[in-house]
Amino acid sequence: MAIARTWKSHSVLPGFGLALGFTILYLSLIVLIPLSATFIKSAELSLGEFWAVVTAPRALASYRLSFGAAAIGALLNAGFGLLTAWILVRYTFPGKRLVDAFVDLPFALPTAVAGIALTAVYAPNGWLGQWLEPLGIKVAFTPLGVVVALTFIGLPFVVRTVQPVLEDLEAEIEEAAACLGANRWQTFARVLLPALWPALITGFALAFARAVGEYGSVVFIAGNMPMISEISPLLIITKLEQHEYAGATAIAVVMLVASFALLLVINSLQWWVSHRHGRKQ
Amino acid sequence: MKNLTLTLSAILALANPLAALAANVTLLNVSYDPTRELYQDYNAAFAKYWKAKSGDDVIIKQSHGGSGKQARAIVDGLEADVATLALAYDVDQLHEKGKLIPKDWQKRLQNNSSPYTSTIVFLVRKDNPKNIKDWNDLVKPGISVITPNPKTSGGARWNYLAAWAYGLKQNNNDEAKAKEFVAKLFKNVPVLDSGARGSTTTFIERGIGDVLLAWENEAFLAKKELGPDKVEIVVPSLSILAEPPVSVVDKVVDKRKTRQVAEAYLQYLYSEEGQEIAAKNYYRPRLDTVAKKYEAQFPKVNLITIDEVFGGWTKAQKTHFSDGGTFDQIYVK
Repeated sequence: MAIARTWKSHSVLPGFGLALGFTILYLSLIVLIPLSATFIKSAELSLGEFWAVVTAPRALASYRLSFGAAAIGALLNAGFGLLTAWILVRYTFPGKRLVDAFVDLPFALPTAVAGIALTAVYAPNGWLGQWLEPLGIKVAFTPLGVVVALTFIGLPFVVRTVQPVLEDLEAEIEEAAACLGANRWQTFARVLLPALWPALITGFALAFARAVGEYGSVVFIAGNMPMISEISPLLIITKLEQHEYAGATAIAVVMLVASFALLLVINSLQWWVSHRHGRKQ
Repeated sequence: MKNLTLTLSAILALANPLAALAANVTLLNVSYDPTRELYQDYNAAFAKYWKAKSGDDVIIKQSHGGSGKQARAIVDGLEADVATLALAYDVDQLHEKGKLIPKDWQKRLQNNSSPYTSTIVFLVRKDNPKNIKDWNDLVKPGISVITPNPKTSGGARWNYLAAWAYGLKQNNNDEAKAKEFVAKLFKNVPVLDSGARGSTTTFIERGIGDVLLAWENEAFLAKKELGPDKVEIVVPSLSILAEPPVSVVDKVVDKRKTRQVAEAYLQYLYSEEGQEIAAKNYYRPRLDTVAKKYEAQFPKVNLITIDEVFGGWTKAQKTHFSDGGTFDQIYVK
């Protein structure tokens, strides 16, 4: 049943004005004011200069890598994160608690540590790198390394958003589907997945957003070659090192606007999916 | 003085409540990455000297990081009494961006305000399997060269300019040919770390590359730590005289009333003892007597200076490392 949407629909809970006021104040202090400082700083450049900075070939190459690798990493996490969440919710096995705790490690680890560890493992003389090298697969110091790092840091987001939803889905629903003649694939695709979509999309969006801004772990494994394995945040740091504050904020503004637009699209998609599938009953 | 002591004790109380009682003065030395060991030794020696001279206890705190980043931190408000950075361009920024020091800061102390110097050398693997002797060996196909990114690392800028100077010399000062040479060299670079220590790690721990372009002091340090059975130092036919400059940060020392001790701190770097400590930490000393003593340690190199070949840092920075400079050009066709 649809609720008529008015400017301010009356809620049974009091204190809307106060709560909204606090929310806006809090968001302003924590998010909006620092971000607007970025925009103001970049306004030191003329429009022509701004455009020249943000469309320089190196900048364009870095957006491709940052957003592309973040999207691939988030997609991988959406797939394998769903699987991990599934395993953790639907099966019991020895050491389950331990595996559950491992999932959060990428959250807790300082990203520089993660970057150094990944580089050590995937470098041509590392544990995994020495076996991959003869196969012609180079991970460390290539764009592939960037994907690996971004996948690593994004894993918990998908698992932790999907897990509670999966826990709420009772096994009876699957049994009912089976009783009504659905095969396993149909049960998964037609019964479970629609309920999981919103959480999965949220997890994807979080992992993606985190990965776009990631710096610490990537710089160690990327190799940082201009035009090839240089991420946008590194370009920002590079510009700061040159004392080009305005140029650095120009790139930051592009990343902000692009991230915001992408997140808006993803969130709308999530909203649309959850209204289409989830709340029909 | 009372005011100062109060502030200082407040700061120190956070770190060490006992030391606060004894301390009269603290200094913050903001420096770049590879000087960590040098200033650890030097600070102890200076504290002793200053105690004997003035009766005051002085505690010196050190901060290390990429040279450009450190300069920016000072401009942004880090209260450094003295700045000891990798290149004059970064100290210039304290004047340009922060107006913290006068324009002619580099004339205030002898030798361009650089009490010690260094140069760029090659670090190769044991027995030099690729037979790397000079810069022109680095552009050969199949040689893998490790250097940090000149955009983010002060040391890497010296590397880049040394290679450029060699290119000029080989080609009768033809700038286009020199650029071609450097472009060819950077084709052989598989990884550009953001700082000198990062590159050392890539070369040594990750085992990547045949040759590492490094500060002479870093190369010595790596050799000392790893043992001569792992790496060797190769001195090229021509290199660049790297002059890491030092300066008092006037605005800060005047505010904190530490000018006297801060200036003495830098002056003492030129003393016999200061020079000796520099030499022991593999920086080339300026003082003749100390230089003689450590002659065997530092091989003779044909050194060019940035002023004679590149017309100073400001110009070199603009031509080579700013946006659209030669470094960008060799990557973006």
